[in-house]
Amino acid sequence: MSGTLAHRLWTILFYLFVAVIVIFAVFPFYYAIVTSFSTGTALFEVHYWPVTFDTSNYETVLGGRQFPRSIVNSVFIAATTVIFALFLAVTASYALSRVRFRGRGLLLMAILAVSMFPQIAVLAGMIEMIKFLGLFNTPWAMIISYTVFTLPFTVWVLTTFMRDLPVEIEEAAIVDGATPWIIITKVFLPLLWPALVTTGLLAFIGAWNEFLFALTFTLSEDQRTTPVAIAMLSGASVQEIPWGPIMAASVIVTVPLVVLVMIFQRKIVAGLTAGGVKG
Amino acid sequence: MTMTGPNGAGRDEGLSLQQQRARSAVWFLAPMLVALFLVAAWPLGRTIWFSLTDTTLDNIYGGKFVGFSNYLRVRTLDSGAMLWRGTLVDPAWWNAVWNTVKFALISVILETVLGLLVALVLNAEFKGRGLVRAAILIPWAIPTIVSAKMWSWMLNDQFGIINNIMLNLGLIDHKIAWTASNDTAMIAVLIVDVWKTTPFMALLCLAGLQMVPRDIYEAARIDGIHPIKVFFRVTLPLIRPAVAVAVIFRMLDALRIFDLVYVLTPNSAATKTMSVISRENMIDFNKFAYGASQSTLLFAILAIFVALYIWLGKVDLTGETNR
Amino acid sequence: MTFKFKSLIAGSVMAAALSTAFSAVPASAEEITYVSGAVGKAVENFAALVKPWEEKTGNKVTLVPMPASTSDQFGQYRLWLAAGNSDIDLYQTDVIWAPQLADHFVDLSAAAKDLAPQHFPSIIQSQTVNGKLVALPIFTDAPALYYRKDLLEKYGKQPPKTWDELAATAKEIQDKEREAGAKDLWGFVWQGNAYEGLTCDALEWVKSFGGGQIVEPDGKISINNEKAAKALETAKSWVGTISPEGVLSYQEEEARGLWQSGNAVFMRNWPYAYTLGNGDDSKVKGKFDVTTLPVGGEGDTSAATLGGWNVAVSKYSKHQEAAISLAMYLAGPEAQKQRAIAESNLPTIISLYDDADIAKAQPIIPQWKNVFLNAVPRPSAPTLGKYNEVSSKFWSAVHDTLSGNGSAADNLAKLEADLTDLKGDQW
Repeated sequence: MSGTLAHRLWTILFYLFVAVIVIFAVFPFYYAIVTSFSTGTALFEVHYWPVTFDTSNYETVLGGRQFPRSIVNSVFIAATTVIFALFLAVTASYALSRVRFRGRGLLLMAILAVSMFPQIAVLAGMIEMIKFLGLFNTPWAMIISYTVFTLPFTVWVLTTFMRDLPVEIEEAAIVDGATPWIIITKVFLPLLWPALVTTGLLAFIGAWNEFLFALTFTLSEDQRTTPVAIAMLSGASVQEIPWGPIMAASVIVTVPLVVLVMIFQRKIVAGLTAGGVKG
Repeated sequence: MTMTGPNGAGRDEGLSLQQQRARSAVWFLAPMLVALFLVAAWPLGRTIWFSLTDTTLDNIYGGKFVGFSNYLRVRTLDSGAMLWRGTLVDPAWWNAVWNTVKFALISVILETVLGLLVALVLNAEFKGRGLVRAAILIPWAIPTIVSAKMWSWMLNDQFGIINNIMLNLGLIDHKIAWTASNDTAMIAVLIVDVWKTTPFMALLCLAGLQMVPRDIYEAARIDGIHPIKVFFRVTLPLIRPAVAVAVIFRMLDALRIFDLVYVLTPNSAATKTMSVISRENMIDFNKFAYGASQSTLLFAILAIFVALYIWLGKVDLTGETNR
Repeated sequence: MTFKFKSLIAGSVMAAALSTAFSAVPASAEEITYVSGAVGKAVENFAALVKPWEEKTGNKVTLVPMPASTSDQFGQYRLWLAAGNSDIDLYQTDVIWAPQLADHFVDLSAAAKDLAPQHFPSIIQSQTVNGKLVALPIFTDAPALYYRKDLLEKYGKQPPKTWDELAATAKEIQDKEREAGAKDLWGFVWQGNAYEGLTCDALEWVKSFGGGQIVEPDGKISINNEKAAKALETAKSWVGTISPEGVLSYQEEEARGLWQSGNAVFMRNWPYAYTLGNGDDSKVKGKFDVTTLPVGGEGDTSAATLGGWNVAVSKYSKHQEAAISLAMYLAGPEAQKQRAIAESNLPTIISLYDDADIAKAQPIIPQWKNVFLNAVPRPSAPTLGKYNEVSSKFWSAVHDTLSGNGSAADNLAKLEADLTDLKGDQW
């Protein structure tokens, strides 16, 4: 007797729940956009809908001193970190996934352990190293230090991914006398593209969002990455918090990521699950 | 793993294929291992070393070995009274440990339950599913700093929209200072973290759910078993491994949380976590070695936790055993 | 690698700032880097401010702006100085930092032997550590009590002399105005968040009740006394009555936000709020005035925490001579006068308080001299490198008391024990 009424009620409840999820997820971002278009005293009043469309916050941020510059820094640092990590990870994960050797499990555990390092635990040693190498206040300080979280992660995901590729494709190449290097570049790499895009994107997001190291190792304004730049956006006087420009900068930094995530959402899901979950 | 000779390209005559491959593996692994040693093992080792010295930030190389006195030491006063000092008897440190554990437990439980719920919704067929999935990915894509800033604006007690909404709905009768009051600061941090990380959990759970064959549900439906029963008896056991791994990753992230707290509720004793207090000592209070000892303890706590979790939960993280 | 990166995206400004390796290249005109808490419009003001110096010496100054929060700045500066970073030549330092960073800065006492005596001796004193003049003052800061002239007149009140008077006046106006429909009006806003600002606010209460200044100049820990406890209990009684409960989360900006939207009768704040409060989008424009902060009772004196900024020359700077010359210029009468007129920054040179141009452009400044003369320093000098921890413990104890975790007496007794521990044999 689960008549249509109960069914309809159930459907309504279901969509209501979906709506709650979506609103909870999207609202803060929406509100940041609304705020970013208000200025002056309008900032200090609550508005659910955009009442003004004032782009001056964006002009402040983009026309401002160095924010565009920090976007360039962030792109450069994140991209280099990703390329670096992927390059090291592809060969390593080939060895880890396709070759049997003693201590492989242990090594995998060690790599996983590194990905669990609290950043703060390596901070003291990292400060010393960056100081020693003379890389303070250069992009390379970030690129090197970010490797601590991007590399284990990429190795891990790519290893899982490669392990699931069928043995036969490799066997054929071995029979033909191909060296492992040829096998990696000619056989696996073409198959790996989807995984590379995903892990690359995830590592990119990780590096783009990183704060603690960037805060510690950058100094002059033209070396800052975007999270640091946002955290340090300043107001018109010592004690003033510029909420409008902060929200505008936040929106600018987030929109590309949201677009990327939208485009690659299926791949990201696949990559995340390969990293964390074995079926 | 031992290092073999330099000509590891895998062409040596007389070696079995397996041996050749093992040799080349060394060379493929070497760059990554060197990189990991430099950015992880070495700095960690130095941090642990610093924790055993009296190093200050102003004089990194001038520290003397002082044993475990950053962790625990005793001073006998003239009166004969014993004074215990060091991280292990520092109430501020234990407060931070307690904050971190409380935060990690509550946030991970909430995120797992909510994540599962959202995953169940997304696993159902309905119009606009792709859009919903894209929408819930937004919080995850937003940089932590940015989300902390957005939320501290929304949670602002006078001009914040959260208080406005709750006042209008009659949920509260006066404006709440979310991030400042000791009673609500932790709640504020939890709200933001749950908002930001539930999508991640949901996706991991969803991936687990999608591996459950559809015909199981079909069979259960035909047998007239209640859906809730199906969930607890069939679905949950099947996705348990996936969820277990997701939980440990989240747990580790939660235990080392830094930037959210640092930006959202700086200085609040009610939310100060292990990472935050350690950095504060290292840099703001000029007790570099003392902060290093706290980082070391944090690392040790994480290591013990992971070991216990794997051992007790029989979680297979490497995926090695089943092949 | 650095070079490659530079040619990739740089080419412009950062020749000096980029890498240590590169800044060794000699330049005909020196490029000086100055780091300071960022001050939006003041970046342009700063350019104008240093222009005469640039023209005179042929050098160029680049400003590196930092976040407003002083504790954030401090952490960064400490880190960079510890790293021996030579990219920054001059640091703009908070009045409380001198003892903690003294080792990294150049002694300016010889260079400033003629200039220093023109400043208020107390400020020069605060920047002197073991006979070494660590930094030169460029402007000072002292908070005052802002009050709404219009509301006080409407109810026939005088600006309060004591904290009790303030509470009574605030309560009366708040209640009556709320009855009349101004539901969001509060009596008194201040800075109650757990941060350095609360140390300032609470020091004022304690001092103005005759409860000492936490740690006395001779290093004695004096905070655990009845008057201090009474001061904190008084402040606690404001929370939820004349001040919103949210005041426990307020920094300067939140207080100003409430004040400027016309929702407060009194506010404790720094001079910056004066100019902003008279801005065009301010609802209190022309309706307020300032006075000295109240006192505890008969015979007590008003206290305003000494703020203010100084300029210090990094020991690691590669352009020390030029940097010292710039520091001298910034601390000198010409630059201070310009700053006072453009940004209502309080000069530290005594004679500028009688300057006709300043009095004309910023009539508030001569008035502020009284506030400033009552200024009390935070105990950064006696506590040396441990000041940050002392301050952090103090504001935590105060915040606990204000939010109802333990009585003032208990919290202060605990604070005394903690501070004694921290002090050890000596500060």
